[in-house]
Amino acid sequence: MIGADSRPIRTSTLLLRLLVFAALAVSLMALDHQGHHLRQIRSALSVLTYPLVTIAAIPARVGGWMSDALTSEQKLRQRYLSLEEQHRILQARLQQYEALSAENERLRSLLGSATRVADHAVVAELVEVSTEPFTRTIVINKGSLDDVFLGQPVLDAYGIVGQVTEVNPHISRVTLITDPGHAIPVQVTRNGLRTVLYGTGDDDTVDLPFLTASAKIEKGDLLTSSGMGGRFPPRYPVARVTEVTNDPNEAFLQIKATPLARLQHHKEVLLVWPGKTEPQPVTDQ
Amino acid sequence: MARKNRTAAGDRPMRISALTRSRLIIAATFVVALILSVVPVPTWAEQFRPDWVGLVLIYWCMALPHRVGIGTGFLVGLLQDVLYGALLGQYALSKSIIAFLAVKLHLRVRVVPPWQQAIAVLAMLAIGQLFVIWVRAVIGKPVLGFSYWTPSIVSMVVWPWIFIILRDIRRRGQVR
Repeated sequence: MIGADSRPIRTSTLLLRLLVFAALAVSLMALDHQGHHLRQIRSALSVLTYPLVTIAAIPARVGGWMSDALTSEQKLRQRYLSLEEQHRILQARLQQYEALSAENERLRSLLGSATRVADHAVVAELVEVSTEPFTRTIVINKGSLDDVFLGQPVLDAYGIVGQVTEVNPHISRVTLITDPGHAIPVQVTRNGLRTVLYGTGDDDTVDLPFLTASAKIEKGDLLTSSGMGGRFPPRYPVARVTEVTNDPNEAFLQIKATPLARLQHHKEVLLVWPGKTEPQPVTDQ
Repeated sequence: MARKNRTAAGDRPMRISALTRSRLIIAATFVVALILSVVPVPTWAEQFRPDWVGLVLIYWCMALPHRVGIGTGFLVGLLQDVLYGALLGQYALSKSIIAFLAVKLHLRVRVVPPWQQAIAVLAMLAIGQLFVIWVRAVIGKPVLGFSYWTPSIVSMVVWPWIFIILRDIRRRGQVR
C-alpha cells in the first residue's frame, strides 16, 4: 500500500534507540524536577515555540477584535456611562483610603514598626493558549524583558490569581491558585487565624486542609494573603469560605472556599512588584 | 524562522532536493499539529482534544519508518513539553514510545483499512498516555479519572480522516 523503502528495520536497533531516547528523557525529567538546571534549555526551546504560541493565539484574538468591532455605539455609550459612575464611586472611596493610610503610617511610626511601601503593578495580557491538560496555568505576554521574575505574584481586580512559575523572554507562565500543586498562606480577616490554602484543580473550589475542629472559621469568612513565606504581598483577598464540615472521624475540618479572582474570565491580569513589607512573626501552622 | 525548526538547514534558495522537500513537508505537518495542540478551546472541550501530535507522528512512522522514528518522536515531544510548560521530558518519553510502537508495528498495521488501524492507534496512544500518567504520579501531580483517556479515544475516532489527509499530502508532495 505504501511501499517506497522496503529495507527491514531490525528490532534490536529499534530497541536500542528507544532505550537511548528514553534514558535521555528520564534524565531530563530528573534534572528538571530536582533543581532548575534546565532553565536555559527550556528558555532556548521556548524561542522555537514562541511563534507557535503566537499563531495558536490568533483565533482568540480575532474573536476579541470581532466582538470589539461589532459592539454598537449605544452599548459603548452605556458602558462608558456605567464605568464613569463606578470610577466616581471608587474615587470617593479612595479619598477615605488616603486618609486611612496616612493615619495607619502615623500609628505605625508611633509603634516603631517598618512602614509599608505601595506595590508597583503592571497590566499583562493573556496569551490565550491551552496548557497541559488538568493543570491550571495561564500564559501572559510579559517576560524577562519586562522584568518579570520567578515567583512574582499575579492579581486581578478581585483578588490573587497566582504566581509566575516560568519566565521566558517574551511570555511567562502563571500557575493559578486553583492548580492542584499550588499553596498560598492565608489569614481569616475576621480573627487573624492563619493557615494554608491549596488548589484542587477545580476552577471554583480551593481547600483549607490543615484546620482542626477548634479553629474559629465559618461560612462566609474572607481569606486574605497573610504575607508569610514572603512570596505574596499581605492583605490581598484570596477566597471566601463556602462550606465548613466537621466530620468527627477526621482529624481536620473539611473546608471549601471559592477564589475571589475571576480566574475564568480575564483577558488581563496585574503583575505586582511587591514593595517592602513589614516583617511578620514566623510560626508554624 | 524558528517555525522550520527541524530542517532549518534546508533553506537553500536555489534548488531544493527531494529529500529536503520531504523533510520540510513532514516538519510542516508537525508544526500544524503542535499549534493545534495549544489552540484555545473552552474548558469543557479540553478533554475532547485529540492528540494531534501523536496522530501525525504515528502516520509518518508507519508510512516512512526509515525517515521518521524515535528521534523525531523525542524531538516533537520535547517541543510539546515546552509548549505545555510540562516537566521537560515527560511528553518526549511518551512520544518516543509511541514512535517505537508505530515503527515496530508498521508492517502489520498499514495493510489493514484505516478504521481497523484506528484500534492500533488507540492502543499506541493509550500506552503513550500511560507513561505520562506514571510521570505525573511520580512527581506528585494529581492523576484524574476517565477524562484523562478521552483524548486517546477521540484520536481513534479521527484517525481515518487524519490518515486520508496525510496520505494525500504525502502523495501530492511526493514525500519519500
